[in-house]
Amino acid sequence: MAAANTTGRQKLGWGAANTLAVVLVAIPVLWIASLSFKTPAAVTCTSRWGCFWPSQWTWANYRGILTTSSFIRPLINSIGIGLISTFIAVLLASMAAYAVARLAFPGKRVLIGMSLLIAMFPVISLATPLFNIERQLGLFNTWPGLIIPYVAFGLPLGIYILAAFFREIPWELEKAAKMDGATPYQAFTKVIAPLAAPGMVTTAILVFLFCWNEFLFAISLTSTIASRTAPAALAFFSGSSQFTSPIGPISAAAVVITIPIIIFVLFFQRRIVAGLTSGAVKG
Amino acid sequence: MSTRIETVAVGAAAEAPPKGRRKLSEGARAERRFGWLLCAPAVIVMIAVTAYPIGYAVYLSLQRYNLAFPNLVHFVGLSNYGAVLSSKYWWHALEVTLAITIISVAIELVLGMLLALLMHRTLFGRGTVRTSALIPYGIVTVAAAYSWQFAWTPGTGYLSGILGQSAPLASTIPAIGVIIMAEVWKTTPFMALLLLAGLALVPEDLQKAAKVDGATAWQRFTRITLPLMKPAILVALLFRTLDAFRIFDNIFILTAGGNGTYSVSILGYDNLFSALNLGVGSAISILIFICVAIIAFLFIKGFGTAAPGSDYLK
Repeated sequence: MAAANTTGRQKLGWGAANTLAVVLVAIPVLWIASLSFKTPAAVTCTSRWGCFWPSQWTWANYRGILTTSSFIRPLINSIGIGLISTFIAVLLASMAAYAVARLAFPGKRVLIGMSLLIAMFPVISLATPLFNIERQLGLFNTWPGLIIPYVAFGLPLGIYILAAFFREIPWELEKAAKMDGATPYQAFTKVIAPLAAPGMVTTAILVFLFCWNEFLFAISLTSTIASRTAPAALAFFSGSSQFTSPIGPISAAAVVITIPIIIFVLFFQRRIVAGLTSGAVKG
Repeated sequence: MSTRIETVAVGAAAEAPPKGRRKLSEGARAERRFGWLLCAPAVIVMIAVTAYPIGYAVYLSLQRYNLAFPNLVHFVGLSNYGAVLSSKYWWHALEVTLAITIISVAIELVLGMLLALLMHRTLFGRGTVRTSALIPYGIVTVAAAYSWQFAWTPGTGYLSGILGQSAPLASTIPAIGVIIMAEVWKTTPFMALLLLAGLALVPEDLQKAAKVDGATAWQRFTRITLPLMKPAILVALLFRTLDAFRIFDNIFILTAGGNGTYSVSILGYDNLFSALNLGVGSAISILIFICVAIIAFLFIKGFGTAAPGSDYLK
């Protein structure tokens, strides 16, 4: 680092650049939060500079959306579908990543290639056929109908991150366990899995963020709030009655689904960064 | 068949660290079987959700298949593709998508590099910058898109207000500008984090040596940092280009594809859910898939040996 010869002016420059970056990130988030506290009258604003903060504050938007099933039900769907998809994806990805990182078997190249292909897959190309397949199988507009594609799209991410983590694990321990008579399966569940837990937590966070964010499958493979997730419901949200502007309620709902993300980021930022960048630059 | 697998397995086993001195062929076979067993569930799910539907989409794209007329389903060969490729809507959507992809990825690369340098070099407030940079990455795209939409709504938004109640979302070019802005805000941090990981691999000694030899900051950046970061930059560009090409959420919320701002993904969605035309919708799906494959192929050719995932195969 250039710590030794940093001058006061340089410090000021970095400080200004830091502040600018933080402000640019914060403005859209603060704006939607501000809208969520505005009364319907305050939402309408024609002044040139005075529209950012609420002129009148209210909790009514939050009270409104948190008492209507057209938001609560999708919120429950989002949490349930997200957690189940994450659990299954991390489980299956751990198994595959262990094999990729540790075992010699033909077909490894195909698996990695397939994972990369899926990670870059245009979702819309799958929405049309999946819509028809799920209609015929009775999976359309159900939780499993979203969980299955979410697992499939979480897997490449999971296999990639976990394979990178698994290669850093001290494998002498596995060998020692095998010498003590453990089967490969026992060596996996008793010795390696606990060591791999941090990598699995990272994977779980990123897969959950993906499920929480996903929109195209969520609107294509659902039709009612029985299985529609929160972002999808938000896109079709039209206020409690046709006479009130939906801007306040939509903003409140947007804030509610953003809060978990901000908490995640604050608690797990190191893991998220490690997960996002693992494997990406080692080639 | 079995001899071929045998050769591969022996070759792979020779690379792997020696595991005990038991009969190699038997151990190798057990390991192989266990490897396949561990991968099987993941492979089955991935094939069920991607390979099979894509094959089914190819089949659908060769049919006349409109959900409004379910009794008129029949084989029509390539005529759905002909209909799409001779439609001005497809070419307009492709133009809009390519414009958004190229412009937003170019801006993101520059801003992402600046942000990465900021996070790498800055001495204080590093944690704050990194934490706040993760918020756009994590935030639900739909929520962020609403924030931009309301900001540009005349009579409500602060940005519209500052510019004298302008309504950029109501005409094509300004609306595409707003879409690009929303996309850049959301994904620049991801680009920056990938580039930051690449920056960390540039040896500090090299920079110091060049500084002693009198290289300016710009020379050090272009002659040392950039060449060493090439793999990281290519990976970041590949991920972001393919991701930007399938842009959907931002457009759906900001304009719903109105005023000529629809991307290929929006066009495919509208054909399915507004026109209920599975045949044409599937042809669009396959064409988008082919476009993505072409982009990926060009990038992978550019990578050479630095292709992502190649380190798993050494």
